[in-house]
Amino acid sequence: MIIENSPTILSVQGLRASINGTEILKGIDLTVRSGEIHAIMGLNGSGKSTFAKVLAGHSAYEVTGGIIQFEGKNLLELPPEERARAGLFLAFQYPIEIPGVANTQFLRLAYNTVQAQRGKEELDPLEFDDFVREKMKLLEMKPDFLDRSVNEGFSGGEKKRNEILQMALLEPKLSILDETDSGLDIDALKIVASGVNRLTNKDNATILVTHYQRLLDYIVPDFVHIMQAGRIVMTGGKELALELETRGYDWISANKQQAMAGVRA
Amino acid sequence: MSEATHPDYLECLLKSWQAKPAESLSWLNQLRAQAIDRVSTQKLPTKRDEEWRFTDISSLTRLPYRPSQPDSNLHIQDIQHLFLDEVKNRLVFVDGHFSRQLSVIANPAFTIGNLPELLSTHAPILESHLGQYARFDSNVFTALNTAFLRDGAVIIAPKNTVVAEPIHVLFIATQSEVTHYPRCLFIGESGSRVTLIEDYAALEKAAYITNAITEISLAANARAQHIRLQRESTQAFHLANCAVSLAHASNYQSISIALGSRISRYNLDVRLTDEAAECVVDGLTVISDRQLADTHTCIDHSKPGGTSHQLHKCIADDTAHAVFNGKIIVRPHAQRTNSSQSSRNLLLSKTAQVDTKPQLEIFADDVKCSHGATVGQLDQEEIFYLRSRGLSEKAARNLLTYAFGAEIISRIPVTSLRQQLEQAVLDQTQSNSL
Repeated sequence: MIIENSPTILSVQGLRASINGTEILKGIDLTVRSGEIHAIMGLNGSGKSTFAKVLAGHSAYEVTGGIIQFEGKNLLELPPEERARAGLFLAFQYPIEIPGVANTQFLRLAYNTVQAQRGKEELDPLEFDDFVREKMKLLEMKPDFLDRSVNEGFSGGEKKRNEILQMALLEPKLSILDETDSGLDIDALKIVASGVNRLTNKDNATILVTHYQRLLDYIVPDFVHIMQAGRIVMTGGKELALELETRGYDWISANKQQAMAGVRA
Repeated sequence: MSEATHPDYLECLLKSWQAKPAESLSWLNQLRAQAIDRVSTQKLPTKRDEEWRFTDISSLTRLPYRPSQPDSNLHIQDIQHLFLDEVKNRLVFVDGHFSRQLSVIANPAFTIGNLPELLSTHAPILESHLGQYARFDSNVFTALNTAFLRDGAVIIAPKNTVVAEPIHVLFIATQSEVTHYPRCLFIGESGSRVTLIEDYAALEKAAYITNAITEISLAANARAQHIRLQRESTQAFHLANCAVSLAHASNYQSISIALGSRISRYNLDVRLTDEAAECVVDGLTVISDRQLADTHTCIDHSKPGGTSHQLHKCIADDTAHAVFNGKIIVRPHAQRTNSSQSSRNLLLSKTAQVDTKPQLEIFADDVKCSHGATVGQLDQEEIFYLRSRGLSEKAARNLLTYAFGAEIISRIPVTSLRQQLEQAVLDQTQSNSL
């Protein structure tokens, strides 16, 4: 939801980043305010996943220019774990598997680490069990899901649900969902989307990184940004995604200028 | 580094051998005499031997350790921390010598005890099994152990006996500069079911040599879980051979954990001698500093319809060196064999080393065999994933290292042992990693 005068959570200005000497992000500007849902769309290779990883602090990418302010802090000075503790969350496109560690152990470790940082009480295994089971209902997850190793042998849909479960536990200020819709059938997509919708509120914000419009039928964005060659080339409202769906990405190049005058200068 | 073997090392050892066991049985004396004959015709292996090319034991010859003498000063509270809650029957050997007062034998429905005590009551069965699987013709360490054979753990599970609680055989080293010769014989008669924990531990950071032999024979439809734990002193040499013989439709599940020793070598030979035998052979090595741990396994399918699955993992830190050689033989008649082998290795430092060698010798055509080996460091994407959830880099590395080992430990069916090991791996990986 767009709320007038709501505080800025994320402010990105002129962000440039490269990997192994190749520049991927070539000057990104983006402002995200409390309560808003932003969608970043683009073809493969446009830089949208790189942008998500740079926000989360992936060390493979070198930031070569620009600034990122997160709730007034200089995000680029913080290692990934401190960004997470400060309230930034990235739901991975490909969540990793950790055989040998039970999902419940991992979830509790992450939860308690972030809780401790916020000066809140940590939960022991029993307390956590009650707490996490409640959150799991949100995503219609089976209880055996807690005892299995982290993501090991999970289906694509289960992995994505596990990501959203972590989002539910960590209660981030800003969630970045990287291709959360990829590999999901329509039922799983609906469950994940409804989970996300119930977690968004006027005090947090969400960035959806996606290739397809499909996800946006279920999580309705306030802003849609189109990325091309490492830049945001067009910004509009939710109708922009529909237009893109009918006209295709080719249409963008021809109409960049027109749309740049978009919803918010 | 010299590979030359001290010429009179074996001679020194042989001088200390005496042909006078108290319980003189002609067949046993004969076995010992044959073994001593074999020792005198053999040499210690060097790195020029293919089977030993990664493991240099020449430093062994600089320490002509004498056989240990019984020392009964140990009290139960000294070793209590090694005990396992689930265990009802425990045999304890101190420096290779049986300790009655530290052992617990709970009057079970199966035979358990020290070899010399059982010689009079169980001579025929002992004679038909002892020394029959761990052949000493070409293995000098097996020959030495057999030559010095005196005490030994003997467990015989009678037909169709199911032993619910695990049996703990604990070998404790207390003395420096001695050699001990632990020996285990486990006989599972048809349809029996047993869990066996073979455990090598030390109370101090002493330098000594363990030369251990274990023989396991499973009759038709017998099942055994064999957990082997090598947590010797980090200054010790541990040289061990385990020979397993599997009869028709028997099932052997082995988990070997190697944490200790300066230099260790474990040979596990499993022979599937009849149809439809099954084995699962898993291993975990966790070493650091200058440790070397070498595991050689051989799974020999000689009859049709056998199954073997193997997962071996090594974690090496500092300048440690882990070796895994996994041989799978499928003989010409062993059709419909199903075999898989996986060797996975984690290097925690730039100077740690792993040598892994799958060795498949397949002479049958209707078989399903797979194998794979990986050597790597912790995955940067995995570390990033955990850090993005708020874990520090150190915590992320520790968790991933622990998880790598925990995959094997989680397969141990004895809860208290699993917990001890989880803690041990946690301690070792957390204190040493970056």
